[in-house]
Amino acid sequence: MKSIKISLLVGLLATTALPAMAGKAQDTLNWATDKEVAVVDPYFSVTRELVIMGHMGWDGLVLFNNETGDFDPLLATGWEWKSNTVVEFDLRQGVVFHDGSTFDADDVVYTINFLADEANGVPAQSVVNWMKSATKIDQYKVRLELVQPFPNAFAYLANEISIMPEGYYDGSTIGADGTRDLSGVTPNGTGPYRVSDVRTGKYVNWDKNENYFADGPKGTPQIGHINFRTIGETNTQLAELMTGGLDWAWDVPKEQALRLEDSGQVQVVNEKTLRISYLTFDVTGSSGQDYFTDQKVRAAVAHAINREAIAKELVGPASVVIHSACHPEQFGCTEDVPQYDYDPEKAKALLAEAGYPDGFDFDLYGYREREFTEAVIGDLAAVGIRAKLNWLQYSSLLQALQNGKTPVAQMTWGSSSIPDVAAITSHFFSGSADDPAKDPRTAEALRRGDTSVDPEVRAEAYAEALNIISEELYWLPMFTYTKYYAFSNDLNFTPTADEIPRLYEASWK
Amino acid sequence: MLAFLLKRLSMAVLVALTVSSLTFSLNFLSGDPAIALGGESATEADLQTIRETYGYDKPIPVQYINWLTRAVQGDLGQSHYLNQPVSEEIFQRLPTTMALGLCALVFALALSIPLGVLAAIRPNSLLDRFALTIAVVGQAMPSFWFGLTMMLWFAINWRILPVSGSDSWKHFVMPSIALGYYITPGVMRLTRAGMLEVLRSDYIRTARAKGVSKFSLLFKHALRNAIIPVVSLAAVQFGFMLGGSIVIETIFAINGLGFLAWESIQRADLPMMQAIVLVLSFFYIALTFFADVLNAWLDPRIRIG
Repeated sequence: MKSIKISLLVGLLATTALPAMAGKAQDTLNWATDKEVAVVDPYFSVTRELVIMGHMGWDGLVLFNNETGDFDPLLATGWEWKSNTVVEFDLRQGVVFHDGSTFDADDVVYTINFLADEANGVPAQSVVNWMKSATKIDQYKVRLELVQPFPNAFAYLANEISIMPEGYYDGSTIGADGTRDLSGVTPNGTGPYRVSDVRTGKYVNWDKNENYFADGPKGTPQIGHINFRTIGETNTQLAELMTGGLDWAWDVPKEQALRLEDSGQVQVVNEKTLRISYLTFDVTGSSGQDYFTDQKVRAAVAHAINREAIAKELVGPASVVIHSACHPEQFGCTEDVPQYDYDPEKAKALLAEAGYPDGFDFDLYGYREREFTEAVIGDLAAVGIRAKLNWLQYSSLLQALQNGKTPVAQMTWGSSSIPDVAAITSHFFSGSADDPAKDPRTAEALRRGDTSVDPEVRAEAYAEALNIISEELYWLPMFTYTKYYAFSNDLNFTPTADEIPRLYEASWK
Repeated sequence: MLAFLLKRLSMAVLVALTVSSLTFSLNFLSGDPAIALGGESATEADLQTIRETYGYDKPIPVQYINWLTRAVQGDLGQSHYLNQPVSEEIFQRLPTTMALGLCALVFALALSIPLGVLAAIRPNSLLDRFALTIAVVGQAMPSFWFGLTMMLWFAINWRILPVSGSDSWKHFVMPSIALGYYITPGVMRLTRAGMLEVLRSDYIRTARAKGVSKFSLLFKHALRNAIIPVVSLAAVQFGFMLGGSIVIETIFAINGLGFLAWESIQRADLPMMQAIVLVLSFFYIALTFFADVLNAWLDPRIRIG
């Protein structure tokens, strides 16, 4: 009787056991993140997921080439700067949108003029407000006019500005509370994948665009379907990866990534990103703790922290220590600046010189990866600088920081994936509320860099500003961030530093 | 009875108003919602545009009154993040959360009522202690840990249940158990206490003397009376499970109302949060009100006192 029961149980398990939903067998790449995708629109949703999907469903005029660091022509075939604020583009012919309509200059003019008009309510105005207008020269040639010289113009054109068909947003209206209703807008682009099904907050399914133009820098899409799901919990994402429910995930915590790598069930890659970590000091004493108004104290902090150990032991093998207020891979970033090596004895000597031989107590603020900040606290304690940790939500910390209430804060910045120092150094040291020092020397040098399109002039101006920042130690640049990717053993996929995974380039082995 | 109903109803409205105004105020304590909405790279000009567009630059009481005025007229507003009417999104997700809550309730009752009856048959025996242990473990165990443990065994090791999602009944098995197990001790203890009291009553003694079978005595005669307070407790617990499914929905990637609430808090989507709180508090209040009325109907001392 007992053996019959066991047989029944085994039989039941065999019939109900779920087969692994191998993506390769179904020609479907399943990926997930913890974010909900609200509307499949790259302008009215400011999440990273929509940047990724924006590149799947739409094309821009140009595409950033991670290998060469140049911009490749995409919907444009060539361009010519007519002045510091005017550039003309020749457009690709024979391109069609997913609905079958033909792409031409009218679509570019419509998209740019729609975005440039503040009344249309694009939330991230800084992404679009550098464009003044676009005009049609002929069916396949347009002129783009900038508000003023803007060094990041091509980076934004590549990463953020997707071309929509003419009249795309005509069916949507802005409600009384300022929100644009996009329920009447059907996703339609020229990109390598087209939306096949979408359910708000749950999934977005894409099919290969069979009519995608062949000779573009995005190549020809290989995988038949790419399906996105929202899975809020990392452990659940990994469980799905291990059971074949997912083929691709990123932002995997280091410990879990290493364990997954050991299991051999999936491929694990640690890739650099454009995000950096830095300490920002209250150099004016507005927080009420004026220790850090003295450059010697800031230098003591810099010599006390073992940044190399944090980068390699805690962040990941692709992380590197940085010495300049930018990411080494950004245009204009130079590491040829005053550097502060790990030297606790020198830190103690500098403290004594500054009048704090026994150290002092201060408030340290942080919001992200607590273990990194705790490592900083440990290193500082070793030389007598005792930090009290204040852990806040990002929005609260930013307010405190801008109000000058934080003696020291460990912050991070991802530059919106823009490979140019204008997206970081100019943002923080041109005299805005985010500028910790408001040093007119950095503001002037950065202004020179930001208003020129001559690479040499720009590089020289940025180097001047970066040297001042490092010499004065307004920031202590710490290390670059990395990201762990985990994906199916069946998948060919290459991560990139700009954190815009090219899923449309992926293929099966 | 009418006076009692009116009194309870006005209390319910007052509670709903208090909850919504408290939530509204708490939203602003976690920082500037414009920063959460604009993202890390938003410039000060972007933030100012967002504040002006969505009215965050107005005083909080003015914002609350504006929201309340529209809500009373049936307009819960547009989600700042989803770019869709809030009510549409909520009612699209509500069935999933209701299904999860109901499944969890059925599991909890199916486990705790028999355990309560068993414990009452032999009070203070080993069986009683065993039943109590099973129930208390459910409350002591963090639901996220329990959920992940089940996932490890049933989905990864044995592959008999799907890891996450809400596409079929199989997807609801683990989340329902994880959610329902938590309320088991309360229901079990109430069943046990009710059964103990009923089993001592005269009519049970009479039934026993008449030779009624043990099964019929327990489940037909005794349980029917002992379970009345359990019904009202279950109604309240159902409300609790609707609101308390945030963790379970997140772990099992069930994109219901709980997950939407969690996401809305993170992205400071005020209209959505307000509407969810309103809907959930409405359910909770309605269910509590239903339980109160049921009790009052069953026991006249409540409505008189």
